[in-house]
Amino acid sequence: MIWNDDFETLPREAIESLQLKRLQQTVERVYAAVPFYRKSFDKAGIKPADIKSLADLQRLPFTLKQDMRDSYPYGLFAVPLEQIVRIHASSGTTGKPTVVGYTRRDIENWTELMARSFVAAGTNQGDIIHNAYGYGLFTGGLGAHYGAERVGASVIPMSGGNTKKQLMIMQDFGSTVLTCTPSYSLFLAEVAAEEGIDIRKLKLKVGIFGAEPWSENMRQEIEAKLNIKAIDIYGLSEILGPGVGIECIEAQNGLHIWEDHFIPEIINPDTGEVLPDGEKGELVITTITKEGIPLIRYRTRDITRLFKEPCICGRTHARIERLSGRSDDMLIIRGVNVFPSQIESVLFNVDGIEPHYQLIVDREGNLDSLEVQVEVNEQTFSDEIKVLQGLSNKIRKDIKDLLGVTCKIRLVEPKTIARSEGKAKRVIDNRQKES
Amino acid sequence: MKVEQISIFIENKSGRLAEVTGILGETGINIRALSLADTSDFGILRLIVDDSKKALKVLREQRFTVSITDVIGIEVPDSPGGLTTILQILDQNNVNVEYMYAFAERSGNNAIIIFRFDNIDEAISALSSHGVKILPSERITSI
Repeated sequence: MIWNDDFETLPREAIESLQLKRLQQTVERVYAAVPFYRKSFDKAGIKPADIKSLADLQRLPFTLKQDMRDSYPYGLFAVPLEQIVRIHASSGTTGKPTVVGYTRRDIENWTELMARSFVAAGTNQGDIIHNAYGYGLFTGGLGAHYGAERVGASVIPMSGGNTKKQLMIMQDFGSTVLTCTPSYSLFLAEVAAEEGIDIRKLKLKVGIFGAEPWSENMRQEIEAKLNIKAIDIYGLSEILGPGVGIECIEAQNGLHIWEDHFIPEIINPDTGEVLPDGEKGELVITTITKEGIPLIRYRTRDITRLFKEPCICGRTHARIERLSGRSDDMLIIRGVNVFPSQIESVLFNVDGIEPHYQLIVDREGNLDSLEVQVEVNEQTFSDEIKVLQGLSNKIRKDIKDLLGVTCKIRLVEPKTIARSEGKAKRVIDNRQKES
Repeated sequence: MKVEQISIFIENKSGRLAEVTGILGETGINIRALSLADTSDFGILRLIVDDSKKALKVLREQRFTVSITDVIGIEVPDSPGGLTTILQILDQNNVNVEYMYAFAERSGNNAIIIFRFDNIDEAISALSSHGVKILPSERITSI
């Protein structure tokens, strides 16, 4: 099934001519309305009128997450606040989040793209969508919610947490579609087993999972344990939220990026050079319909491949391969974005703590775990256990307050965390990875 | 009166304790009393040794996190209720015991217990005024 035949099956030439037209409009708009873009285009010596073909996109400068932070909160908005109807935000490295604003039409487009995504994932009117993405500043909950309503399905706005209640509702309400992070789906299965519920026998048929990287092995595990089809969805708040791309249930082979709204490129993360289709590199996205906060060549830091071969589902939009990593040091822990520098900023604010630390990320059962190893020195050391435990508790609480992630603090002996010249090895990620 | 106690931070790794005692042994430092407080991740080894300055120096050289804390050694009558009498004196004077541990050796008919207080001077004056015998530090380190 296809939600919007007209747009989802456009021939490539038509997609590209639409992209060019919308790109030109976007570039003109940001040049006129956003001082940041005027400055960066001027610096690159390029004017909106210079964009004559899609190939000219490469001449435009990139937008980085740092640029969004520097423009906190509203600096990159391209419309006056009166036209913004919704504001979302994602966690930030210095305690300040990355802010995105949506106009009424942005919300309309987002809803359309999520509707397309739900249908591509095999859901439809008559489905009962159990939406366990968090509702709030995070884009997941509301993004999926609007799209589900648009399709005509019945949405249960569960949000995250309270796993036993989730299971009860899933059972009693007859949920057919589950939306959450992949790791949470496995956690649900685990708790169901403990509660004596055979989750395989519930009415669930499809799960739409995103907001954290997962492997093909994990997909097989989820499909077997929950007896559903597990569909990968892609999105990031800077660009839209969920619904930037999704796998179709027919192929389950790559995620279609909605090319009438976004232009994807793959670049070499070190040189910035655009790579040919099929080569692995960093995904860069230009929004071409966004009004609130249009972004030109936004560096997602996600590593993938882009391919444009036609898909058996009939959709003509390009696909990206399942994400295989990041070109920066961002970690995704239980769906929350965590940069080591954020942990570092917490440690710096604790008296006497030295900035030597290591993060150990693992998967315990089906949930991500984060351990922060901190060196004890003579300034922080005490002959009393309660003082050291107080120190651990303070660090844990400060991290939880800043990032919303619960971690374990392990105090270690001084000079035991490896020092290395240049870039310190801050992170050890033991979660099973697939190449 | 006060005795210098050495505290050492020890990660919960096998062999770590032996390394500390090994270093002290090689340097000819004798351990008089010890207590190990442990959590699931780390422990604090508290020692009374015959030469705390030297112990501090060699342990620091070996990159251990070490600190010195003042404690006192008290002679406690080796009879039922002996310890209670002392704790009651401390309680009446609002002195908190942070931790305590017993010496293996005896002093005459008495047991020796090492105390760490929140307010050591208050503790000393309260105990002395009640005739409790606080051992001189030389006595303790040379037992």
